[in-house]
Amino acid sequence: MLSPVNVSLDSLNLITLAPMLIPIVGALFILVIDLFKGGLDKSLYVVLSLLFLFLDFVALIDSSEIFSQNGVTMGVFDVMLIDGLAIIAEFIIVGASMLFIPLALTHKRFHEFSYPEFFALFLFMIAGFQFMVATDNLILIFVGLETASLALYTLIAMHNRDTSFEAAVKYFTMGALAAGFYSFGSMVFYALTGSVEIHNIAMVLAGNGYADIGFVLVGVVFMLASFGFKLSIVPFHTWTPDVYEGSSAAMAGYMSIVPKIAAFVVAMRLFEFLIHSGVVWLEVVLYIFVVVTMTASNIWALVQSDVKRMLAYSSISHAGFVMAAILIGTTQSNSALFLYWILFSFTNLGSFSMLWISRQKELPGYQKTDHSFEKFSGMIKTSPMAALVIALFMLSLAGLPPFALFWGKIYMISSAVTSGYTVLALIMALNSAIAGYYYIKLIVYMFMKEPVLENDGNVYVANATLALKSIIGVAIIGTIFAFVALNPLLEFVTTFVKNSGY
Amino acid sequence: MLDHILSILIFFPALAGVFGFMIQKNSMRAYGVSVAAIEFGLSLLLWFVFDNNVSGMQFMEHLPLIPSFGINYILGVDGISLFIIILAAFFTMIGIASLTDTKNEKNMIITLLFLQMTMIGVFVALDGIVFYVFWELSLVPMLYIIGAWGGPMRIYASIKFFLYTFTGSLVMLVGMLFMAYFFYQATGVWSFAILDWYRLILPESFQLWLFAAFFLGFAIKVPMFPFHTWLPYAHGQAPTIGSVILAAILLKMGTYAFIRFSLPLFPDASAFFMIPIAIIAIIMIIYTAMVAYAQEDVKQVVAYSSVSHMGVIILGTFALNVEGISGSIFLMIAHGVVSGALFFLVGVIYDRRHTKMMDQFGGLAHVMPRYATIFGLMLMASVGMPLTINFVGEFLSLLGFYQQSHILTLLAGVAIIVGAIYMLAAYKKMFFGEITKDENRDLKDINKRELLALIPLSIITVWLGVYPMPILGPIDNSVKSVVQLMHNKSTTELAKSRIPNILITKTLAKEVH
Repeated sequence: MLSPVNVSLDSLNLITLAPMLIPIVGALFILVIDLFKGGLDKSLYVVLSLLFLFLDFVALIDSSEIFSQNGVTMGVFDVMLIDGLAIIAEFIIVGASMLFIPLALTHKRFHEFSYPEFFALFLFMIAGFQFMVATDNLILIFVGLETASLALYTLIAMHNRDTSFEAAVKYFTMGALAAGFYSFGSMVFYALTGSVEIHNIAMVLAGNGYADIGFVLVGVVFMLASFGFKLSIVPFHTWTPDVYEGSSAAMAGYMSIVPKIAAFVVAMRLFEFLIHSGVVWLEVVLYIFVVVTMTASNIWALVQSDVKRMLAYSSISHAGFVMAAILIGTTQSNSALFLYWILFSFTNLGSFSMLWISRQKELPGYQKTDHSFEKFSGMIKTSPMAALVIALFMLSLAGLPPFALFWGKIYMISSAVTSGYTVLALIMALNSAIAGYYYIKLIVYMFMKEPVLENDGNVYVANATLALKSIIGVAIIGTIFAFVALNPLLEFVTTFVKNSGY
Repeated sequence: MLDHILSILIFFPALAGVFGFMIQKNSMRAYGVSVAAIEFGLSLLLWFVFDNNVSGMQFMEHLPLIPSFGINYILGVDGISLFIIILAAFFTMIGIASLTDTKNEKNMIITLLFLQMTMIGVFVALDGIVFYVFWELSLVPMLYIIGAWGGPMRIYASIKFFLYTFTGSLVMLVGMLFMAYFFYQATGVWSFAILDWYRLILPESFQLWLFAAFFLGFAIKVPMFPFHTWLPYAHGQAPTIGSVILAAILLKMGTYAFIRFSLPLFPDASAFFMIPIAIIAIIMIIYTAMVAYAQEDVKQVVAYSSVSHMGVIILGTFALNVEGISGSIFLMIAHGVVSGALFFLVGVIYDRRHTKMMDQFGGLAHVMPRYATIFGLMLMASVGMPLTINFVGEFLSLLGFYQQSHILTLLAGVAIIVGAIYMLAAYKKMFFGEITKDENRDLKDINKRELLALIPLSIITVWLGVYPMPILGPIDNSVKSVVQLMHNKSTTELAKSRIPNILITKTLAKEVH
């Protein structure tokens, strides 16, 4: 007869679950409200989501205090893992979501925001991403990943244009493929080591001295392909520009930040122990991926005729740039990854929001796509403030000092320099120069060309409401004054990464 | 106030630029001139309170920015940078004052004020990253000035200007990160402070690589052959004010950075690369002089002659001794004054005729006597006639290099004479002979607004040509300490022999007396 299960509630450490439970409760709450009274205005849901995200943020501050006192904490049958990586990543996820959700308060009626399901799904997605980063159990990662991805596919499809269905289906197909690869990879690792926990896998593999290196490589290949899709690493990136183009600009900006940071954290947990234990093959492959992703997507971005597609390729390039941190794998590079991503989220959300507020319902004749370069011609004459703001975000993306992304960039290149990747550092620097061209291209259109005749400047702020303007204001302040907050930020990130053993 | 005078110098124009958005259109020029005049006054105040006998940094400011990564806001001024700062303030002032009527005058003046912030910032920054911030930031206003107010090919020219410089600077940035890392390895602390880096003695092999990385960034800015191709486009398309600031101040950033970074940080590498760089400099002098001779556009002549003279500055810098470096710094000022004035003068005729082709002119001396006189004076200064400002700098630079290599100096000297040929030929084509075009018969001579810029420049040209001591003294003082530092730091035999030890020379001189 089995002995009765005897678990004390204390050992479960339920506090580790709190940050994930809050958005889930919030999502259910929104659904319940809809049950009782339908047809409520979107502003209610936006503010409710914002409040729950705020609570989530506070819970994160709590768990970060627990972490700084007790170090790495496990909970809920040792499935949950609260370490520095998880906490910083969750901060980024929740913070970026708080910046994103007010973008729903537009003038024009974009009907996806009128459904409470949109906000419920949004909160479920955040919980999914939080689960994904706060565990080293391959199964829970998978569950988190799928929860988040399925919600995200729906959110994209709700935009309700032909291209958005195309985008959602494309994203879904690619996502399903990636999920398949992921489960195959996990299966191989489980078969090799009898465990689904990354630290156990690392221990067992190190214990037998990588005896079955062939099988390890098979597992790694599947995992690489899976994360290649999620992080849009070239050659797995093909879905990205189409999906970004199909979804609303705000959603595209969100997708370029939050899902990727979650995937980066998992990739960091999984690949770094492999690189450090001398799986040379992986190092070479990652090196090639990083360089090709940065360079190729930069070159594609040069020839785009639509600003949103250009920004899509530029996000791929930034992801490749940051991927270098996982290749380098030192404390400095991992801190640089988080620092870069925090700064990137301000700038990139800002630039996508600027596209979002200039979104028209119908396209005039001179404009082939929603955000073609011609639309922005001569913007300095018709709408100078908006032009200056876009220029600011472009310069920051190009890595021009003293704007936000520059600091991420130097810290990242410095981490390459420190670990002896001199050539990589040079490639990263030169890629920033290539990227300079397409960001400047938009500035050239805005500042140096004549405006199109029938364009009176109202299109650029067609969608602007107070909520959107304040989000953009936050992004502007974050972009310009990043250097003020940089030192505490850097110390915070470095301490957390270091104390988690990365 | 004097404790923070450098910060005030940097941020006063930027703040004024931000407030400038509130100024009504028609009052903008007066506002711009007043701001620039206050700034110039402040820079003169800096000169007044500057202690000529101190060779090191003065008015240092120190504010931690990102201490955990060794980035601090450090400013300071010495004899090397002092006069370039004054020159930058001066040129912004007369530039705005003599600005011809342009569209969007307000945007132009605000842009110029921001540009002034970045220019001053570059010359007072004593932290690698702060230097880099201003260095890169200076590209943006210039990009806008060329791209928005330039000629028909302005967009191509402005993007070329931006991308060239941006690429070079990024390689330099990697070099800076390496420097900081080596400093960290040696001391256990991150630091980007230039004065900290000065204390670091690197092995020669490291120096060579780092020198190359920094060299790429600086050489594109100067611009040195073969990286000079962006400059003729930029000058050709830029509006007058853009060319003036570009030639007078922005190019000096490159040569200044050689003296501030390359020489004291990498003395062995500097000695190692002395001859190759001298050869590039001489190619620059001769080749661009010949190209200038072939030009039909007077602005291109001035542009190429400006590159040609930058070659002399480089030659003087890499003489690695006190005469050469002092001469090259003096020549930076001189070149700023003279080529700035020449670009102003080209702008004067362009405003009247809307062409810069020399065959459209001829006999201008008859209709525009005052214009012809000032042009003649500046031209004489440009070819290095004694008693003009350029002569002092060129003479000292060549004298310095003569101690290193006789033959190369001889070549450079000959090349300067070639310079006289194309300048005089251009002058002849424009000003002498009969008036062949009817449009030229009733051209107006220089007006008051233009004189406002040109008279002070003419006075400086002659005054400092006759009596250069007021600015040569402080320059010399600071250069001596740099050369001494380089000598002490150098490790190879070659460098020890090429970089003189000033202490010994001094004592020897005393014994002789």
